[in-house]
Amino acid sequence: MSENNIYLPYLMRIAKITEEAPSVRTFRLEFVDEEAASSFDFKTGQFGLYSAFGEGESTFCIASSPTRKGYIECTFREVGRVTAGLADKEVGDIVGFRGPYGNVFPIDQWRGKNLLFITGGIALPPLRSVIWNCLDLREQFKDITIVYGARSVNDLVYKHELKEWEERPDVNLVCTVDPGGETPDWTGKVGFVPLIVEQLAPSPENTIALVCGPPILIKLTMPLLKQLGFTPESIYTTLENRMKCGVGKCGRCNTGKSYVCKDGPVYTLDQLNQLPAEY
Amino acid sequence: MADMYQLASASLDPLFAAITASGRRILAPTDQDGRTELNPVTRFGQVAKDYVQTTLSAKEAVFPKVEQLLSYTLLPGKVDLVDAEPAAVPTVVFGIRPCEASGFQALDAVFNWDYRDKFFNARMEQLTVIGMGCTRRDDACFCTSVGGGPGSTRGSDILLTPTASGYLAEVQSDKGRAIVALAAKLFTPAAAADKSMLVALPAAFDQPALSAKLPAMFDSPLWAEQSLRCVGCGACAFVCPTCVCFDIQEEADTRQGRRLRTWDSCGYHMFTLHASGHNPRETQGARWRQRIYHKFSTYPERYGQLGCVGCGKCTRACPVDMNLQEHLVEASQA
Amino acid sequence: MELREKAKQLLESGEVKAVIGYEPGTQGARRPAFASSAARTGRLGFEGEQNLASYVTRKEVKRLGRVAVAARPPVLRALLQLMAERQIKEQEVLPLVLDADGQVQELATAQAMEEHLALSPQQIPARDRELMDRLGGMTRQERWDFWQGELSRCIKCYACRNSCPMCYCEHCTMDCNRPQWVPVPSHALGNLEYHMVRAMHLAGRCVECGDCGRACPVGIPIHLLTFNAEESVHAQFGQRAGASSKLDYALSTFRPDDKETFIR
Repeated sequence: MSENNIYLPYLMRIAKITEEAPSVRTFRLEFVDEEAASSFDFKTGQFGLYSAFGEGESTFCIASSPTRKGYIECTFREVGRVTAGLADKEVGDIVGFRGPYGNVFPIDQWRGKNLLFITGGIALPPLRSVIWNCLDLREQFKDITIVYGARSVNDLVYKHELKEWEERPDVNLVCTVDPGGETPDWTGKVGFVPLIVEQLAPSPENTIALVCGPPILIKLTMPLLKQLGFTPESIYTTLENRMKCGVGKCGRCNTGKSYVCKDGPVYTLDQLNQLPAEY
Repeated sequence: MADMYQLASASLDPLFAAITASGRRILAPTDQDGRTELNPVTRFGQVAKDYVQTTLSAKEAVFPKVEQLLSYTLLPGKVDLVDAEPAAVPTVVFGIRPCEASGFQALDAVFNWDYRDKFFNARMEQLTVIGMGCTRRDDACFCTSVGGGPGSTRGSDILLTPTASGYLAEVQSDKGRAIVALAAKLFTPAAAADKSMLVALPAAFDQPALSAKLPAMFDSPLWAEQSLRCVGCGACAFVCPTCVCFDIQEEADTRQGRRLRTWDSCGYHMFTLHASGHNPRETQGARWRQRIYHKFSTYPERYGQLGCVGCGKCTRACPVDMNLQEHLVEASQA
Repeated sequence: MELREKAKQLLESGEVKAVIGYEPGTQGARRPAFASSAARTGRLGFEGEQNLASYVTRKEVKRLGRVAVAARPPVLRALLQLMAERQIKEQEVLPLVLDADGQVQELATAQAMEEHLALSPQQIPARDRELMDRLGGMTRQERWDFWQGELSRCIKCYACRNSCPMCYCEHCTMDCNRPQWVPVPSHALGNLEYHMVRAMHLAGRCVECGDCGRACPVGIPIHLLTFNAEESVHAQFGQRAGASSKLDYALSTFRPDDKETFIR
């Protein structure tokens, strides 16, 4: 009898570490096993469980795009035992990865549509995967607008990529920081993300909205989009919940009849409204 | 269609001997200091004579309280990862009640949903269940309210029902037939199924009606009221034959480590706690509600079977008598 | 006056927001019961074993407001110890006791509680005393083997901890993973370390109610460990838990005349 051990992770070598913001890092990970490296595939929206051997596993999205082969990336904030263990690692160290798990953003259903990304702080990583996936297939989509904000300039993640997106003529990037978070040379907007979205007043016409952020951002942005005329089926979000197994067995991420690790983490607002507010 | 046999009372001794001789270990209820629990036995004489239920459930045979998932050695720039093999030995679980026997299917539904759990499967494959129908029950039992019964064969490879002269044996599966084959002359074909000695247990509430009204009761203050005396321990989840929630723990030093799976409970306040400090189920009332809804509303919706077998083990184990049947009856009437 | 009448009176006047007592449970058992309105007092009684003081530190109960508690001696001791440890204030909890004539009496002050306890002190049940004497008579190895055997059955459900009125920490040592003081899984080391740490944390604080042992679903007489720790502190420092609402805890207080020399 030898079924596969679904809890056994891939071994990954840290190829690159980027300090994004205070306590926030991005790892570029390469598969130690060559066969895994060439056969691994995933779709945007999926996540994994990353091991710091000795400490345990933690759940992050796959922050890189599936169009970029040979590596995956994750971005995390140091906030507990496992992330502290990961934060201690250096380039060349080995960590673990189990995945890809979860459902996907159905980007093939969005051909010919406008895409509106609304996100803040370290909620950008899951949407960053979608953004790069769509930019790598740019001709399939119409207008791409990104509204991204953080508490302060220093807290913005992917600073180099923000610059890249800003400079691209086929992307409309609107960056903002909370009042008081601007620096003297800041040329972006100042104001909470929902307020900036309100000022922008995006049209719901032929548009898919992807919203990801801390509870307060979601709470204020969703009604705003509804007011602007977006339907619940055209608004997508990705949920976080406490996870351990990632494969629908340990029960931790179960909310109502949904398991965030299996039925999510991607949900439309319509689907979200059917869940109890226990996430 | 089950094969039906008669088994004389005196035949249990040679049957146990034959099972043991075949290399299978037998787990059966035994008495120890006034308690009845599943323990390894070799002789029928060791089996407890007069019990309603064991405190812990037989799920431990396929889902142990601690299970190693993997281990590793840590070297500079290198991790040696070692897969773990489940220590599955051929086992017969004897004498568990029909309620408990039907619990294995609920575990199977979770452990094999899309991703197959090899630890559970390896053990389940080696397990034969010889259930024992109930001639008595206590106030905590409510199997008939959840689609079960004192003579239900669901989940038993062989179900024994006490009769005046011994036992009726209903053999349900290939595993059951393999046991019969070990001592075929002990089993004489039975013409009819004599289940007259089974205890009668009227249903306490209409479960389909309750499950149907639960979605509308989500915000009811009932759950907070019912759970005021709940102390938030894991006793109910741990003794439950269908509860399967688990934790994964890392134990390591600088040179090596291992990852262990352990039982967990949605009743603990830390179960859903995020690293940020946010807790989706902040109050005991929300956690109690989750227990009820998971077993009677959301689990059945996904798997097509209830997450509760009405065994009453949770009620008996609870330090403050959170009588599940009583709470369900109250919810039905609310 | 009986408990349910007193409870009705207190709830109707608004003096308390809930009364915690006992009510009949499954198969003749008694269990904790909460009455938050006069209408719900019908089944309230004094008879029951669980230590109701474990509820007064829970946030779901604190949110209710001032509560009255049916207080047998172990409950009174626990309430006094909780006051000494500054977990509850005198005005937050109203203990109700039975006086010599079997009538319900309010003990509105810590002093009244201390006086009542002095009159009707708590005894450790004879069966437990017997078991403790038997354990005391064993050799070290025999005692170790006894506990190893008992603890091997532990499933780490924490019914013992959660039933205990003194285990009120919102973030228990066992819950801490930075560092992971005690392994979580219920293997030999995990079980042994948990119970050892708990017994040490209760030394001098255990009010000897026996709830932990009663709560254990697999019947481990775990209360004997904490009883022993409590008696040890009494023997060495002359202090008893739950004797007073003011306390210089023996294990965290130092005096110049302490007999250990390392302090000098």
